[in-house]
Amino acid sequence: MNMELSRRGFLKLAGTGVAATSLGAMGFGEAEAAEIAHVRPFKLTTTTETRNTCPYCSVACGIIMYSKGDLRKGETADIVHIEGDADHPTNRGTLCPKGAALKDFVKSPTRLQYPMHRKPGSDKFERISWEDAFDRIARLMKDDRDANFVATNAAGVPVNRWTTVGLLAASATTNETAWATFKFAKALGMVGFDNQARV
Amino acid sequence: MTNSWTDIKNTDLVVVMGGNAAEAHPCGFKWVTEAKANRGARLIVVDPRYTRTASVSDLYAPIRQGTDIAFLNGVMRYCIDNDKVQWEYVKAFTNASYLVKDGFGYKDGLFTGYDAEKRDYDRSTWDYVIGDDGFVVTDPTLQNPRCVWNLLKEHLAPYTPDMVERICGTPKDKFLKVAGMISECSSPTKTMTSMYALGWTQHSKGSQNIRGMAMLQLILGNIGVRGGGMNALRGHSNIQGLTDLGLMSHLLTGYLTMPTEKEVDFATYMSTRQFKPLRPGQTSYWQNYKKFMVSFQKAMWGDAARADNDWAFNYLSKLDVPSYDVLRVFELMYDGKVNGYICQGFNPLLAFPNRAKNTKALSNLKWLVTLDPLDTETSRFWENHGDFNPVDTASIQTEVFQLPTTCFAEDDGSLTNSGRWLQWHWAGGTPPGEAKHDTYTIAQLFLRLRDLYRKEGGAFPDPIVNLSWEYADPNNPTPEELAKEINGRALSDLTDPADPTKVLVAAGKQVTNFSQLRDDGSTMCGCWIYSGNFNEQGNNMARRDNHDPDDTGAYLGWTFAWPLNRRTLYNRASADLQGKPWDPSRKLLEWDGSKWTGYDVPDIAPTAKPDEVGPFIMNQEGTARLFARGLMRDGPFPAHMEPFESPVANVFNPKMRGNPVARVFETDVAQLGTSDEFPYAGTSYRLTEHFHFWTKHNRVNSALQPEFFVEISEELAKEKNIDNGGWVRVWSKRGEVKAKAMVTKRIRPLTCDGKTVHIVGVPLHWGFTGSAKKGFGPNSLAAFVGDANIETPESKAFLVNIEPSTAPKDRGASA
Repeated sequence: MNMELSRRGFLKLAGTGVAATSLGAMGFGEAEAAEIAHVRPFKLTTTTETRNTCPYCSVACGIIMYSKGDLRKGETADIVHIEGDADHPTNRGTLCPKGAALKDFVKSPTRLQYPMHRKPGSDKFERISWEDAFDRIARLMKDDRDANFVATNAAGVPVNRWTTVGLLAASATTNETAWATFKFAKALGMVGFDNQARV
Repeated sequence: MTNSWTDIKNTDLVVVMGGNAAEAHPCGFKWVTEAKANRGARLIVVDPRYTRTASVSDLYAPIRQGTDIAFLNGVMRYCIDNDKVQWEYVKAFTNASYLVKDGFGYKDGLFTGYDAEKRDYDRSTWDYVIGDDGFVVTDPTLQNPRCVWNLLKEHLAPYTPDMVERICGTPKDKFLKVAGMISECSSPTKTMTSMYALGWTQHSKGSQNIRGMAMLQLILGNIGVRGGGMNALRGHSNIQGLTDLGLMSHLLTGYLTMPTEKEVDFATYMSTRQFKPLRPGQTSYWQNYKKFMVSFQKAMWGDAARADNDWAFNYLSKLDVPSYDVLRVFELMYDGKVNGYICQGFNPLLAFPNRAKNTKALSNLKWLVTLDPLDTETSRFWENHGDFNPVDTASIQTEVFQLPTTCFAEDDGSLTNSGRWLQWHWAGGTPPGEAKHDTYTIAQLFLRLRDLYRKEGGAFPDPIVNLSWEYADPNNPTPEELAKEINGRALSDLTDPADPTKVLVAAGKQVTNFSQLRDDGSTMCGCWIYSGNFNEQGNNMARRDNHDPDDTGAYLGWTFAWPLNRRTLYNRASADLQGKPWDPSRKLLEWDGSKWTGYDVPDIAPTAKPDEVGPFIMNQEGTARLFARGLMRDGPFPAHMEPFESPVANVFNPKMRGNPVARVFETDVAQLGTSDEFPYAGTSYRLTEHFHFWTKHNRVNSALQPEFFVEISEELAKEKNIDNGGWVRVWSKRGEVKAKAMVTKRIRPLTCDGKTVHIVGVPLHWGFTGSAKKGFGPNSLAAFVGDANIETPESKAFLVNIEPSTAPKDRGASA
């Protein structure tokens, strides 16, 4: 017997406005308890919903992410489901074969978790701490910039070009990340600064 | 896009050429389906392959890749010959009537002024006749043989239906059907939309492909109207945003441009950028350039940018070449002239053409830093993966840092979609392991460098130590803080010029939008075209009102569109010279006698009189350009050019190879193949189950499309004894791939200039990391040459050979 259907059918018979608790008053207390024990709770009832945008193509479909735990309450949040946002004017809840599998991107076995370092000639990556990585990269950048920066051209015009180190910016970072990256690269005088739009 | 995804429902005819929206932009393509179902709109697909977009089309026409200009020129010629022109629109809103200087001409596939040695044109004759009053001389009757319209007709004359068939391989009857359907949209009450993507951009003349369609749309009166426009379907979720924000070698934010060495000071820089109107009474909005530029310099360097130091103009690099684009940088790297490289969310080893060259280039680096949420081939370019990455690991002396970043699900911020909507999103998940936001990583590197320069001094520390970095926590700028900087604010009280006692914006407050920016240092603004995104009303990018009055598809209350929340660019062109909509059922704007009203934010001053001010306010002319003057390097009109690697010679000039002004590096010339050795026309494309090199890390998508393949016709398979599902080797002058052959009816041989042309389709998406089987991509084959104007590589047209083969070694998935 399908308990959920039978319950829905019963409520319909009992008329609208009959609260579930009144079932007990009508002598169905045991059936109610049995039903609760039997039916698996809806997976998403205890999750937190967050609005986001699909990171793939430029249609930028609205998505809803469901997590166990709420970041806004300072909790650890584990995304358990992602679906299309029906309120979004463009996709109206639909997703393509890529967007429908977005949770697999978030949970990919090849998501990177730790800074890694490959020594010259080595055949493997090894863990490095963030602090060591930042210190080392900043040092490499500073030394190269100081050695190779072109301050003026032959005519003595300030040209401020650093051509020996380049930066390739992403196509899926936010505008805000892009602005921070822009400030960093242009202030250093990196002229070999481009993004995916080029290709 | 000039319009938006949701606007496509308003169209009568969709032309998908240079793209495959049903597979690459599926949920945007639904608006094509809506237009077909609800308006009876029709769909034309012109493509070398019978794609899934083609499978739901009303008319499909095959075309050889790299010949779109000939096709589009043929359609324009057809429309003009058959009087299918929206005359009132063309005469009022384009430069058709403008007279062109004597001396300009076109012969043997070349425009006037070609210098073969420099591979460049002297473009001095590609310009208007200027009268004594300083304005362009025009002939509104279009009788003068030197007016743009007559020069255009002359230029298009050779592109007959027979010529289109000869160059493109499109059967003449199919071409005529396409041209006939398109020409019907010259009616003021019929509209066509163009949806294109990398099928048009990835050519050595990509910019001219797009220009060809833009001109056709102008002739038909389809720019600025509902259901019309030029709609670039951008490939990535924020590629529009990164372009708008100027993360490119030749750009600053909001399409301000980097100075060159010739611009020795700020005044010289400004002298070529404050464009005066070329016709009386026109807006020429770039006259405001200085306000945006000074506000930008203030956003970058705050108090260090002052009137007395040219607003810190010398803090900017000055370019000695047009751009240090990715091809140039990888050429320099290949040459051993680049020491360090930072790749943020980008996989150049698989994305740039000529993979062997990329591998060699990366191996020349002293150090490489990658920032990604997923493992990438680029970060492991030194790792040997048998046939899939046959490198000698021990000999590669590059130090590599692979830094883990958060992904979309773990950060707040905005992305700009193809329709220019800046949509805010929120973090919902905890980053894995020690993954960090890019903003944190960038801040850490910046703060360390700034400290080092403060302590040690060094090469020109000024732009670094003075960079504005006013965040509550300098270690971790928040997305809101950065968004507010992009919007801009008043640095001192902004008073009303008409009434100095009236304060319009108080010091420290966000400006409402870019109309409040000043050139005297009293405002700052990171990116003027985005201004209005986060003002005193709050974060407009987070707005979620999805009401759409009268179902126009505009959604003005949904997030924020640049500029000024405008949803359709050039929307003033949707109304005639009296300000009445061309099509009352598709009204966007209307002149009410004193101002513009309607469904969208007017793309013109709200009180600009309809018969006086032209709709194309960013142009000095106030009109759109059918003749581009000297603004494009390869011609003021689009002219047929073959790809650098083509199975047939250019019929206009058999000696001319590719685009005559495209830059080609010495090392790459020797690596260009010819059709004797490489007889087949290769092309590249996406599959609907995958997104670039990301989804091969997803188990679902890897299961849907597990393995690399190449697609060929039944005819070629028979000729070369290739079985469906059998292994083949495909090789070009630059490299080879091994793949399973997919023998299909979707690709058919074409006949071009009397010769049978076979096409070999090579999808991207595979590499040697992730959950899918290991595979190759088209960049192992494609040539290292870019578009003459913007240097986008010619990844859509290259030459290959093919033969039956055996399987590559070690093709199991890595994870």
